[in-house]
Amino acid sequence: MLQELLFSLPQVLIDGLALGAIYAVVALGYTMVYGILQLINFAHGEIFMTGAFIGTGFFIMLMGMSWTTAIPQLLLFIIVIVITASFTGLIGVGMERVAYRPLRSAPRLIPLITAIGISFILQDVIRFIAELATGRYILTGPSLFSNQITINFSSISSWFNNASFKTSFLIVLITAILLMVALDYFVNRTKWGTAIRAVSLDRETASLMSINVNKVISTTFFVGSALGGATGVLFAMQYGTIDPYIGFILGLKAFIAAVLGGIGNIRGAMLGGVILGLMEMFAAANLSILTGGIFGAEYKDVFAFAILIIVLIFRPEGLLGKPTAEKV
Amino acid sequence: MKEKLTSFLQNKWSQVILFTLFVVITSLSLYLSQKSVVAFLLLLASLLVLYYMKLKNLTKWIVSAGILFILLPMASSGGPAFQSYMEVATMVGIYVAMALGLNIVVGLAGLLDLGFVAFFAVGAYSYAIFATPQASNFMPFGQYPLGGESFWIFLIIGGICAAIAGVLIGIPVLRVKGDYLAIVTLGFGEIIRIVFNNLDRPINFTNGAMGISSVTPPSIFGFNLVFPHHFYFVTLLILAFTIFAVLRFEHSKLGRSWKAVRENEIAAQAMGIPLVKTKLLAFALGATFSGMMGVVFAAKQAFIDPTSFTLLESFTILVMVVLGGMGSVPGVILGAALVTILNLQVLTELTNWVNQLNLSGMITIPDALSPAKMQKLLFGLLLVIFALYRPIGLIPAKNKKFDESKLKSSNSLSIDRENSVAIDKDNV
Repeated sequence: MLQELLFSLPQVLIDGLALGAIYAVVALGYTMVYGILQLINFAHGEIFMTGAFIGTGFFIMLMGMSWTTAIPQLLLFIIVIVITASFTGLIGVGMERVAYRPLRSAPRLIPLITAIGISFILQDVIRFIAELATGRYILTGPSLFSNQITINFSSISSWFNNASFKTSFLIVLITAILLMVALDYFVNRTKWGTAIRAVSLDRETASLMSINVNKVISTTFFVGSALGGATGVLFAMQYGTIDPYIGFILGLKAFIAAVLGGIGNIRGAMLGGVILGLMEMFAAANLSILTGGIFGAEYKDVFAFAILIIVLIFRPEGLLGKPTAEKV
Repeated sequence: MKEKLTSFLQNKWSQVILFTLFVVITSLSLYLSQKSVVAFLLLLASLLVLYYMKLKNLTKWIVSAGILFILLPMASSGGPAFQSYMEVATMVGIYVAMALGLNIVVGLAGLLDLGFVAFFAVGAYSYAIFATPQASNFMPFGQYPLGGESFWIFLIIGGICAAIAGVLIGIPVLRVKGDYLAIVTLGFGEIIRIVFNNLDRPINFTNGAMGISSVTPPSIFGFNLVFPHHFYFVTLLILAFTIFAVLRFEHSKLGRSWKAVRENEIAAQAMGIPLVKTKLLAFALGATFSGMMGVVFAAKQAFIDPTSFTLLESFTILVMVVLGGMGSVPGVILGAALVTILNLQVLTELTNWVNQLNLSGMITIPDALSPAKMQKLLFGLLLVIFALYRPIGLIPAKNKKFDESKLKSSNSLSIDRENSVAIDKDNV
């Protein structure tokens, strides 16, 4: 059994890293909003989905023009990702303005309900647009960076199988790391980042220190949603096919990653995302081997939820979070 | 003039006369016209009018029971659309009961449960497995499928199974609060669906994604219930029981502790309310009604598969509760009826109409915008608009009013004694 596990390990690691990087960046959006508003932004998964659609739309549009063939693909990719990120960032700001800001003093159940509503609206609006534009709502993007690369793990030791991946894997990984490093710098080293941290610590005191709280919250939504949208582009590039319903489950899993790392903690979200991606791929590949065929790969979502429940019961503050006591 | 009109409308007897006229006209038009959805809906709406009339509660209950049990089936039996009306009415009943169950959890106890359809699934599968040869795959004894008489026992068994599922889900979940609870219950809802979807190996419990077909129809005294109008009466009976039970619960000690927990957990605990027990009971009781209706659903459809129990269903029930008014029984009934009719009648009728317009070439509306596909958008808009502008819902929840002087007179003895003690103290 161990032999079988080791044999597939290199491929599992590569797939898990790609998925984990995506989870990690989406989880950042959840964790930032939670840190500043103590609110689960249910619609964040849909922002991710919207990003995937906007990105794919731009790719298809740009590829259709003749002059774009002269531009290297990498530059094209950077242009698309920047445009998409700014679009989804604006959607995020608008969402906060319409659905969350009027409810800031309402009971906590109410903003959660508007968040569900917003995510339904986004799903259907995107579906309408996609269906009106192309006739069907499942889109397949142009294949970019699709050269296969194989790494000979078997030459290291006969225990391992060879692993192969597309070039897009490297792009996903590098972009995700760049985004995370940039965010970490933004939050920890810049003036705006300091303001965000101050507001998340204590909103009232921060506003006394002449911080414009509404502006800071809008910025947080912009940054989180821009990251989500950019990840959507990465997802569409890595996996090819997208539909309007990918955001919900992926958003949930990213949320699980955020909880796993400690919600409100930015580095925790990154760690949680990578761990969750690796574990999920491991489960998908090996669950049926480990349980003697009783549970197959279709239980991988159950596995992710089981992680969430276990974390919430035994370590609700997450891997890197600090426990907080409830004040009366 | 306006004052006269209002005073006329406020008068009890004028209300009764107008109401009777309304009911007679709508039921006659429903009976005489072949297929009139509007008359059917108006007849149902008469119940809402009845709710706002100045009558005694008992009279209202008797009249509404009369309309639902006798008048509605009689009036709609005229045309060929009888069974489809009864089908819609049955679905309304099923969803109303489920929404009332969720109302206990969300509205009264304040625990946001986004996986509520899981309990419905548990109830449905508990009957479907034993009323088909499916059960012989794993049961060492007994003859399967069970006969149609077992349906009545399974109403209780399905409820109990769902309640057990509710407690099992509740135990780990209740350690987490607020928003986390929503996510975890949502996860559980998905888990149960995935499990039912894959439980065809190693032992075939649920027949996986293929679903369970040809469920034995329920029977009573050797009479098989197969048509929608049979199930209409079954649903109505269970619904009556559900409404009665929910109203009793709401005004019981348990109901008051749910509300206390909803308003402030810590304060409630300090007043001596056992938190875990109260919350678990909310989960279990809410699940029970849903499980019972699951049994009815399985028997009515005669076929179930995991696609009937998706997340969208859970959210639909949540929309019903939010729309009607969280914690308000009449509100939730109204919300559930509105959403179900919107789903089953209005959207399909609109789609047919749009298709006809397309065919006749009046206007062309692309297929992507057909009303049947707008369900999610409508739900989303409803949720956002109601949460922003009317979080209390269509018919807001009211706390029971107690007459102060009455309470005082019934407790006058004890109060007198307290007063005398106080006076004694003053004297000393």
